[in-house]
Amino acid sequence: MFLKVALLILRKDVAIEAKSREILYTTLFFAVSCILVFSFAFVKEGRAVEDAAAGILWIAIAFAGTLALGRTFERERFGETLKALLLAPAARPAIYLGKLLGVVLLLCLAELLLVPLVALLFSAALFVRPALLAGLLLAGTVGFCAVGTLFAAMLVRARTRDVLLPILLYPITVPVMIAGVRGTAALLASPPDEQVATMWLGLLVSFDVVFVTLALWTFEPLMTE
Amino acid sequence: MMRKIFTPLAILTALMFAYAPVMIANALFESTMGLVQKIFYFHVPAWFAMFTAVFVCGAASAVYLFKGRPEADRIAVSAAELAVLFGVIGLVTGPLWGRKAWGVWWQWEARLTMAFLLELTFVGYLLVRKYGGPGAEKLAAAMAIFGMANVPFVYVSVNIWRTLHPQTTVVPTLGPGMRGAFWFCVLAFMLLFALLLTLRVHLQEQRATLDELYLAEEDGAV
Repeated sequence: MFLKVALLILRKDVAIEAKSREILYTTLFFAVSCILVFSFAFVKEGRAVEDAAAGILWIAIAFAGTLALGRTFERERFGETLKALLLAPAARPAIYLGKLLGVVLLLCLAELLLVPLVALLFSAALFVRPALLAGLLLAGTVGFCAVGTLFAAMLVRARTRDVLLPILLYPITVPVMIAGVRGTAALLASPPDEQVATMWLGLLVSFDVVFVTLALWTFEPLMTE
Repeated sequence: MMRKIFTPLAILTALMFAYAPVMIANALFESTMGLVQKIFYFHVPAWFAMFTAVFVCGAASAVYLFKGRPEADRIAVSAAELAVLFGVIGLVTGPLWGRKAWGVWWQWEARLTMAFLLELTFVGYLLVRKYGGPGAEKLAAAMAIFGMANVPFVYVSVNIWRTLHPQTTVVPTLGPGMRGAFWFCVLAFMLLFALLLTLRVHLQEQRATLDELYLAEEDGAV
């Protein structure tokens, strides 16, 4: 039942997004412009500074993720459907899970384009250990979105939500950024440092476990008036 | 109870802070670092007080969120303000020492980064409370709980990332000539924290009462 509700909500979000593709396109465009802006800071004499590719990739994901998180709930607010969603006879944590899956899916789609782009533009050897990189990206995205989905949901009612989301989100997700950037940088080293990358992946997974649990646990009291 | 012992405690704390410079001056002179080391007697106790405040804020927020007790929320907001205050003391005294000892004001080092982040988290907490509009208390409570849960992750990740700060094992290895002054200062800071927290919670209670009175007055007028 729990999973069914979550999957239903995911299906609903995917169906809406598949029709308009608004969030995917805007998020992608934003991420690509981020990469462009960062290249001015980190490219010296035609070559990117060491480890810059890892940092640029993760910052672009974080910035674009913030945008996507804000938009998914903005849509619910605009259609005044959030109340209906919360009134539905379903477990509240299941609603959270469905929303989380939707955002993660969206960001993963964006990453599918961002990673090759960064690899190409900064001639970074991102695909030497594809499985480890995919693991880092997925675990990092889940961790970032776990915190972000909860905060974005809480902020739906706040007037200043656009400003408050990054204020709340960035300090809390710093471990994700450190682990993601350092892990990816370890993969970029030649030869790739698998041990370090695996260690960071472990940290990311434990971050995910703790924060998804915490979010499932606090979603109910937070969304109750 | 607290009201009765508040004044004597306040006087005691004031006296302790007045006497602390004497204790610190008389404490053993650290030969390698010299005079700058003395800042440590205020720097470390300030961080002790901050971590206490963070813990109090997180715990009170959890109680507020799950039990809905307004008293807990008052404690949480008071503790969050104190966390920011003591954090600022730590962040100001740290670079003063660092300039002398390391030759730079700031290092991107494990404990510094972590302190900076914790400070950011709680400034964020206060910003949410101030600008979050109605219902901001709950938002802030979630922020505090997540901030507290984040501490071990930040600690581990930043620790692997960089380490340069004098190790925390410095405290147990303090020479006997320094130990007295150090724990004296810790006690003074803890007392100061408790007093400020009581005062701030009291203010928050009075604000709540005032709000209730206003509401009652408005209801009566209509």
